[in-house]
Amino acid sequence: MANKAFSIEDFNLWYGTDQALYQINLDIPKHEITAVIGPSGCGKSTLLKTLNRMTETIPSVQTSGSIEYDGEDIFAKKKMVEELRTRVGMVFQKPNPFPKSIFENVAYGPKIHGIKKKQVLNEVVEKSLKGAAIWDEVHDRLNQNAFGLSGGQQQRVCIARCLAIEPDVILMDEPTSALDPISTLKIEELIKELKKDYTIIIVTHNMQQAARISDNTVFMLNGEMVEFSDTDQLFSNPKDKRTEDYITGRFG
Amino acid sequence: MNDKVNYSHIKGRVMKNAVVKWIFIMATSVALIFLALLIGRVLSQGVGYLSIDFLKNYPAPYIEEAGLFAGIMGSLAMISITAPVSMILGVCTALYLEEYARDNKFTRFIRVNVQNLAGVPSIVFGLLGLTFFVYLFEMGYTLIAGALTMSLLVLPIIVVAAQEAIRSVPSEIREASIGMGATKWQTIWRIVLPAAIPGILTGSILAFSRAIGETAPLIIVGAATAIYSIPDSLFSKYTVMPMQIYSWTARPQEEWQYVAAAGIIVLLIILLCMNAIAVWIRNKFQKRF
Ligand SMILES: Nc1ncnc2c1ncn2[C@@H]1O[C@H](COP(=O)(O)OP(=O)(O)O)[C@@H](O)[C@H]1O
Ligand SMILES: [Mg+2]
Repeated sequence: MANKAFSIEDFNLWYGTDQALYQINLDIPKHEITAVIGPSGCGKSTLLKTLNRMTETIPSVQTSGSIEYDGEDIFAKKKMVEELRTRVGMVFQKPNPFPKSIFENVAYGPKIHGIKKKQVLNEVVEKSLKGAAIWDEVHDRLNQNAFGLSGGQQQRVCIARCLAIEPDVILMDEPTSALDPISTLKIEELIKELKKDYTIIIVTHNMQQAARISDNTVFMLNGEMVEFSDTDQLFSNPKDKRTEDYITGRFG
Repeated sequence: MNDKVNYSHIKGRVMKNAVVKWIFIMATSVALIFLALLIGRVLSQGVGYLSIDFLKNYPAPYIEEAGLFAGIMGSLAMISITAPVSMILGVCTALYLEEYARDNKFTRFIRVNVQNLAGVPSIVFGLLGLTFFVYLFEMGYTLIAGALTMSLLVLPIIVVAAQEAIRSVPSEIREASIGMGATKWQTIWRIVLPAAIPGILTGSILAFSRAIGETAPLIIVGAATAIYSIPDSLFSKYTVMPMQIYSWTARPQEEWQYVAAAGIIVLLIILLCMNAIAVWIRNKFQKRF
């Protein structure tokens, strides 16, 4: 793959003495949707959080191996982690808006990166909310607290908040698992829409979801990457016996 | 199996439930009755001696002329130094302990001992203040020495309240901020502190109410009992409301007890106001998570 966003080599991760990731080797392509599937506890979230170094907020975490983003080592000493997290944004499992207005939620990213002009902020907020397909629902109540929104709306505001820092990659950790089917559908539509402009890596425990929206799928088991291939191929013609067992529902 | 639920037990449990409820009601009543007696006595003795002059006058040898003005102004001056000093120190300490300090034996030791300090008798802080502020830093028996001593006294309470408030900010919204490339400090300043402020302020105001009623440490660091001026600099002599009240109760004539009761009413009203502010702040800034 010529155009790769992340290139992961021989990557291992430990929480204290418990190893959570074993020898991961993976190249994640740009401008495609890559789904990560696997049973609960297999290390999907850990792998995802490693990509923008969120795992470093846990003091006990140790790693080995290398991860390159855009051809550069993300762990390099001179690299500032804040810069990486600006280029690689994240949407979490549970909608987690700040206890602020909808406007302030979305303007937060631009503000911390130094944008002060009200007019610029207004534009970024509108653009991001439109990008997250929530503008029509909230444009007349931007000053209301984001907690007043439904779960699905909150999650789309969180996606807008992420878009507002203009990342290249969006990491999503089971973004629909706390939502009802209709909100889930809306967010899936949105993710497919976002693919034009962003590289998306989405963790999901929902295989149908992976099959519906992704271009590539990674199957993980017990901290190992078992299989990585084109989504259609992985679901119709898995190479590994364990993948086949999982997608046919024989375990997990 | 064919066991039926044994309904005869239910009666016993319902009985127990009622008995326990009554025990709690009685415990609460005891507290309320004593509180009512106390307030009733203070009011009946003191109300007659309350007047505008009582609020405006300096201490005097004659009951009709005696007033609490020096004490009220002294207490306010003291709180206006103690509040910022202890809150800045307290919130910074709490931020360090909660956000920056690594979790090891040493920091755990500090955490536990901050909590213990909150329970140390106030007179111990008086001795500390006497040793450090009055003698070592040569401040003498001045307002600043008293105010700093009081700051030490309330500091542990504020640290513990602030720690709890900071800890109760959900980790999800910290992660959201860090995950967008915010630095730790930006996250603390823009997300954690605003969310923790109601808790910090209510805890602090309750701590200040305690400080306003304290005498023991101030006797040690040399607050005056009778003084005929209000503090006009950090190095003024000063008195505070409870000191004046204390000195009145020590006089032999019975009527001075009533003057003291009037002083207690003023003190209680000020405390009530501070508590009301604490509740108001909590309600106003309460955020849902
Ligand atoms: N903060 C943590 N501290 C210690 N162990 C953790 C932590 N987070 C996850 N783990 C462990 O790492 C393994 C992988 O977890 P995770 O990446 O959350 O799995 P998944 O997202 O696939 O359910 C699990 O065994 C889990 O218990
Ligand atoms: Mg997970």
